[in-house]
Amino acid sequence: MFYYLIRRVLYAIPIALAVGFVCFMLVQIAPGDPINAIVPPDAPADVVEQVKRDYGLDQPLAVQFGIWLMKVVQGDLGRSLATGRPVWADLSTAIANTLTLAAFASLIGFSAGVVLGGLAGTFRGSVIDRLAVSTAVAGVSVPHYWLGMVLVVIFSVQLNLLPAMGAGPGGSADWAWDWEHFQHLILPAVTLSVIPMGIVTRTVRGIVAEIMNQEFVVALRAKGLTGWGVFQHVVKNAAPNVLAVMGLQLGYLMGGSILVETVFSWPGTGLLLNSAIFQRDLPVLQGTILVLAMFFVALNLIVDLLQTALDPRIKRF
Amino acid sequence: MLRRLLLAACAALLPATLPGGANAQGTIRIGMTAADIPLTHGQPDQGFEGNRFTGIPLYDSLTAWDLSSADRPSTLIPGLAERWESDPADRTRWIFHLRRGVTFHDGSPFNADAVVWNVRKVLDRDAPHYDARQVGLTASRMPTLRRAEKIDDYTVALFTSEPDSLLPINLTNLFMASPAHWERLRAQHPTAEATWNAFAANPSGTGPFRLVRLVPRERAEMVRNESYWGTRARAERIVLLPIPDANARTAALLSNQVDWIEAPAPDALPQIRSRGFVITHNVQPHVWPWQPCFVGDSPLRDVRVRRALNLAIDREQIRALLGGLMVPAVGTVQPGHPWWGNPSFQIRTDLAEARRLLAEAGYGPQRPLNLRVQISASGSGQMQPLPMNELIQQQLRQVGVHVEFDVVEWNTLFTNWRNGCQHPSARGAHAINVSFAAMDPFFAMVRFWDSKMAAPVSNNWGMFSDPRFDALVAAARNAFDPAERDAALARLHAAGVDEALFIWIAHDVAPRAMSRRIQGYVQPQSWFVDLRLPYIQ
Repeated sequence: MFYYLIRRVLYAIPIALAVGFVCFMLVQIAPGDPINAIVPPDAPADVVEQVKRDYGLDQPLAVQFGIWLMKVVQGDLGRSLATGRPVWADLSTAIANTLTLAAFASLIGFSAGVVLGGLAGTFRGSVIDRLAVSTAVAGVSVPHYWLGMVLVVIFSVQLNLLPAMGAGPGGSADWAWDWEHFQHLILPAVTLSVIPMGIVTRTVRGIVAEIMNQEFVVALRAKGLTGWGVFQHVVKNAAPNVLAVMGLQLGYLMGGSILVETVFSWPGTGLLLNSAIFQRDLPVLQGTILVLAMFFVALNLIVDLLQTALDPRIKRF
Repeated sequence: MLRRLLLAACAALLPATLPGGANAQGTIRIGMTAADIPLTHGQPDQGFEGNRFTGIPLYDSLTAWDLSSADRPSTLIPGLAERWESDPADRTRWIFHLRRGVTFHDGSPFNADAVVWNVRKVLDRDAPHYDARQVGLTASRMPTLRRAEKIDDYTVALFTSEPDSLLPINLTNLFMASPAHWERLRAQHPTAEATWNAFAANPSGTGPFRLVRLVPRERAEMVRNESYWGTRARAERIVLLPIPDANARTAALLSNQVDWIEAPAPDALPQIRSRGFVITHNVQPHVWPWQPCFVGDSPLRDVRVRRALNLAIDREQIRALLGGLMVPAVGTVQPGHPWWGNPSFQIRTDLAEARRLLAEAGYGPQRPLNLRVQISASGSGQMQPLPMNELIQQQLRQVGVHVEFDVVEWNTLFTNWRNGCQHPSARGAHAINVSFAAMDPFFAMVRFWDSKMAAPVSNNWGMFSDPRFDALVAAARNAFDPAERDAALARLHAAGVDEALFIWIAHDVAPRAMSRRIQGYVQPQSWFVDLRLPYIQ
């Protein structure tokens, strides 16, 4: 297991390099110019050239990438072209905000998904099953941003019950787990939770239905186990696969949703990426995508390890 | 019924605490269009929205805009300089007499040393506090300023690269930051860049507000500067919130999370009004034009064609499309403006005259005029470029002009704008649709009509070159009496309209929506607002 862990960590290095390189090149080949993050469009050519020199943007691409890479290796993600602030300062705050949102959205989505999927799988073909499947399909199909806007119109604009935007009355820097702040989390988290809810519902339904048809369940019943006893065995058998799906979904949620965070002005990684894309803020884009990719790798590793712990039949070498 | 059900369900689930509860009296919460708080170190980014919200409120410049009236164009007034004059013996030397008794927020005095220090921060690469980040945001708006020299504690000389009567107007963009505060911070930080970042988090200017809290990307809070040298602000506190999405801004206003939003979602205007909020607007020194290409095989080289296009556009229809939120443009500035002049060519809708001019230029049913225009699908200041351009396309079809659009991303359009119409990035376009600010004569006219400004030097994208216009620009730059300067600029503008150097279409009116509790607000004919005036009941 130890060697497996080391190997997986080593695998992350080429992934990080590839992510950094692809991201760097994508921004370079995209139309527009990163210099627009620093100078207004009406800046005379001599000012543009001077600023390019000051920021090293007049260097060949390979040199620019090499300089960035050397800094990253030393733990420095650079400074934002647009604001001059260290990328890590903005990124760490944004990650914390996205994690808060993702954790709450996961709680809603996974809980609802497990309950709905479990019921649907147990009572396959029934009205409960059809309702659960319909809910799951709707969750996966409804566009995030549309749902977000509808929730805002109903709960913020019409009913004036929940805030429409932001991460608390004083911003995320003052975040506390009290109602004043927590209410800011509800609408974006509900919006974000519908897709994982739908996916987890369908996954759990399929797995539970399949397990329920297996012979060992018949044997359990024949031995006199009913209800709760059978349920415990089904859960234990279903858990590894469901966990793998949840891990992937959690990874997506942690990546932040550009659309949901923009609709609710939630200051997470999605909103950070959104503004960085529009400003061609290369260091912020590269740094954010690199860290998110590493998150994803780490999350998959954790899920793998958890699966092994839950089901010793799954060996990792 | 549904609403009652939802209300009952939510009331049962949620405590009665409502968002946006009572704020301290005198706090105005503003939802900006920017995605981040504009830079607070003294030279804001985010275009003129930055100057509006973290430039002018926190800092002062030597000269300023009069933002006190909604009824007349905003004009130049003294700021931290009480008066100024050009040296008759050397027209590249300006003398500025500074206001006495002004202190920065940190208590240090404002004087000639502070002016020299602030000029060096963007123009002297050898200065210890030189900041490349601020160069792009400042030097481009003061193209001829070269250096500053102290004469005495309250008199300073500024030098330009060539005689330039426009310098006092340009200087509205150079905000005065506190050298003493910066030096104190420098002792605690390893580099000048880190010091400027620390300065941005804890800035010190001379403006009517002091920054007391900054959460990057989320909020900035400013309180009234009780020791301000001029008229003090009426509001006690201003909270700035970046809300880039128009629908989110509108929802924030309608749910009382903010008291004022910039650029509400156009579709929501009736709802905003019906909920008791106020929509304010006024003509802005902003131009939404088609800028012609004057070289190569461009049909727009012919003044008759340019005039015909100006006459074939029905600007009232475009205004109706925008729900009334624009002013038809008949020049770069409006009639009545000091730089209007008296052009003989009257821009109006006159299809018969447009057809006649086109026929005279050799275009008609047998030989239709085909135009290619580079536009964007969105962008700051671009209003609603797609529907507006499509309506113009339909209107021009009535006079036999067929328009094809090359739609590019906004950032790309900006980049192309610097390249000129002969550059491959123009992709054969005969005109480009980039809106611009027209507060300053350099940005309103000179950069487009002076042959020295041809791309890539500046934004003369169309490569316009005419010795008569070069002479008019030179005359304006050499007119050092303000009245003479305005007269020279009026002659330049009138000549530009007569030659139809743009296809002028619209001026934006900067719509804002705000709570009725906001009183004293004045929306000047400017990109800026005097935040000293409004307060909240």
